[in-house]
Amino acid sequence: MYRIDFNKLRFLICDDNPHMRRILRTLLHSFGAREAYEAEDGATALEMYTHYVPDIVITDWAMPIFDGLELAQMIRQPESKGNPYAPIIMLTGHSEKRRVTVARDAGVTEFLAKPISAKGLYQRILNVVANPRPFIKTKTYFGPDRRRNTNGAYIGPERRVGGEFEVLQQPSLLDKARSGV
Amino acid sequence: MANSKADIEVKKYTDHHVITQPNPLRKVLRRVADDDVDDPVARAEKALSDLSGEFSQWMDIEVGRLAAAHAAIIKDGFTKTTRDELFRAAHDIKGDAATFGHPHAGTVAESLCRIIEHAPDLARVPADLIGHHINAIQAIVHEHTKLDTISMSNELSRRLRSVADDYLARVNHDRPEHLEAVMSPSLAPAD
Repeated sequence: MYRIDFNKLRFLICDDNPHMRRILRTLLHSFGAREAYEAEDGATALEMYTHYVPDIVITDWAMPIFDGLELAQMIRQPESKGNPYAPIIMLTGHSEKRRVTVARDAGVTEFLAKPISAKGLYQRILNVVANPRPFIKTKTYFGPDRRRNTNGAYIGPERRVGGEFEVLQQPSLLDKARSGV
Repeated sequence: MANSKADIEVKKYTDHHVITQPNPLRKVLRRVADDDVDDPVARAEKALSDLSGEFSQWMDIEVGRLAAAHAAIIKDGFTKTTRDELFRAAHDIKGDAATFGHPHAGTVAESLCRIIEHAPDLARVPADLIGHHINAIQAIVHEHTKLDTISMSNELSRRLRSVADDYLARVNHDRPEHLEAVMSPSLAPAD
């Protein structure tokens, strides 16, 4: 069995709601984290991302100035001087299938629908720490591999060509959002 | 804990690159005995429970913010600013209310968010439809200790959602992408 040494991880929390930031901070500190920086909008979060180089980003979606989706897109710039590979956990009140897909296509690593739970947050963090996925770069996408199933016969839109398909045995973002854990 | 560029391997294919690297966070994983008694999730749940004494006040603040956003719309109509603030206030309640002990307020807030997102013209949404959502959230939160909370809040949220869904289905009959979103079940777990 594995545990995470949270005291070695640096988090960046981005949420415009001070109550949700307080809850997140409380949960992370209870897990054992010591370093959790907070931003209340996407622009501030991007500055803090560059300055503090967090290991994991936890961001809300709906925020003023620029939102969590735009934040993810700006972090996932393959040529940027900063680290474009940090895991991004999208914690949001949005819970529609379309939203999960949009978040995935912006390079979000994990999706967690509110209401928040300690178990759900812990499992998302454990997953990004223990099971990182390779990154894929195409003309239109840069981010964690979006394939999470074993269907090598897929021939639909955006089917990658020129290599053998990789198989990653992980539940999809959608399934995990549905399960609520 | 990012890797250096030398650690990053890029395999190039016809239309994509696959980028792999040693797990930069592997050093934070620690093996423990299977019978290890430390339970970080239980610890966090306890901390959240300790924090819950503040939830009632926080919920009042969220509801006050929603009422102020609604008052701004009554005064100035729907502009991008007033629309966005009403949406964010409702959206925060949708996400937070269950944590703060008012799951039915969250359900009503979700219904309000759907109206704001999917109504083709907010200025033409019946004012009562939005007003009833605001009033219901206030009643559920403020009358929490007075009402037969479970049954009345449940009935209130269910009826409002039903009326809002009927309205959205009617006004989106020729907008299939919105109609699909309106008719699709939420992914959020039921409480």
